[in-house]
Amino acid sequence: MADSELRPSYWRRWLPHPLLTAVLICLWMALLNSYSAGGLLVGIVLGMVIPIYTGHFWPERPEIRSPFKAIAFLAIVMFDVVVANIQVAYLILFRPRDQLRSRWVAVPLDLTSPEGITVLTATITLTPGTVASDLSADGRTLLVHCLDVDDEAATVRRIKHRYERRIGEILP
Amino acid sequence: MHDRFEILIAIHIVIGAFFVFVGSFGLVKLPSLMSRLHGPSKATTLGVGGCLIASMLHFGALEGRVSIQEMLITFFLFITAPVTAHFIAKAHLHAEVDPESELPPDEGRYGWSTFATMPEVRMASRESRSASGDRLES
Repeated sequence: MADSELRPSYWRRWLPHPLLTAVLICLWMALLNSYSAGGLLVGIVLGMVIPIYTGHFWPERPEIRSPFKAIAFLAIVMFDVVVANIQVAYLILFRPRDQLRSRWVAVPLDLTSPEGITVLTATITLTPGTVASDLSADGRTLLVHCLDVDDEAATVRRIKHRYERRIGEILP
Repeated sequence: MHDRFEILIAIHIVIGAFFVFVGSFGLVKLPSLMSRLHGPSKATTLGVGGCLIASMLHFGALEGRVSIQEMLITFFLFITAPVTAHFIAKAHLHAEVDPESELPPDEGRYGWSTFATMPEVRMASRESRSASGDRLES
């Protein structure tokens, strides 16, 4: 046991991130936009080499709990992006600029992993009307700028309940 | 059938163009930098999204080959757009915003990371500053 902790195993050394390898091969094949055996071979080589070279930046494997919930989460985010787009378009076109109640909101976080917080930040920024701007130094609070917010507590509750709870089921 | 697809494609392009326009109009109209930052997030999501769906429909239905590179464009945009917005917001916080009076307080003890350094870094910089101060005095 002690031996395996000291020296990384064969698989661990040559295939440090199997998921990243799979994603890279899929990306490469999608970039080619057509199937050929040579293209697949180059994709496999890239998918093996890039994780080994970038492994120092990313020593630990992210722990993904349930990949299928990620698909449901993606669908919810897509739906929210469309709804929020229409709301913000209305705000921009018809609301006079001095009646916008834009302000900063602090969202306390339950997520602890960098990957989870990154996904939450990206989700908040991609949803129009909210931009995630800063993280507190201890990583427990997120600073979000809202374009037009009526009830601060309701916005925080919505972000926590709708997005953070679902991300917490996928990433720690 | 052919005409129906063309109408569908045209509708998607118009929707995309409309949201790109609204995003650009927001850049002109909105009052502060942080609120102007909300404009491009529309252009990158529904604006580009509408055009990409139209492109996929065009190649899939009219030319009969499935094109998945549009999915990649969406994927790359969704990864990079939040990073850009975050960097602009961070630069704005550094340049314009006073953390004491304008930002809400965070839960922890160290403040927002743009303004705070970790305690040991702060101690080290204070020590080096006092050391250089000693040298100046002596």
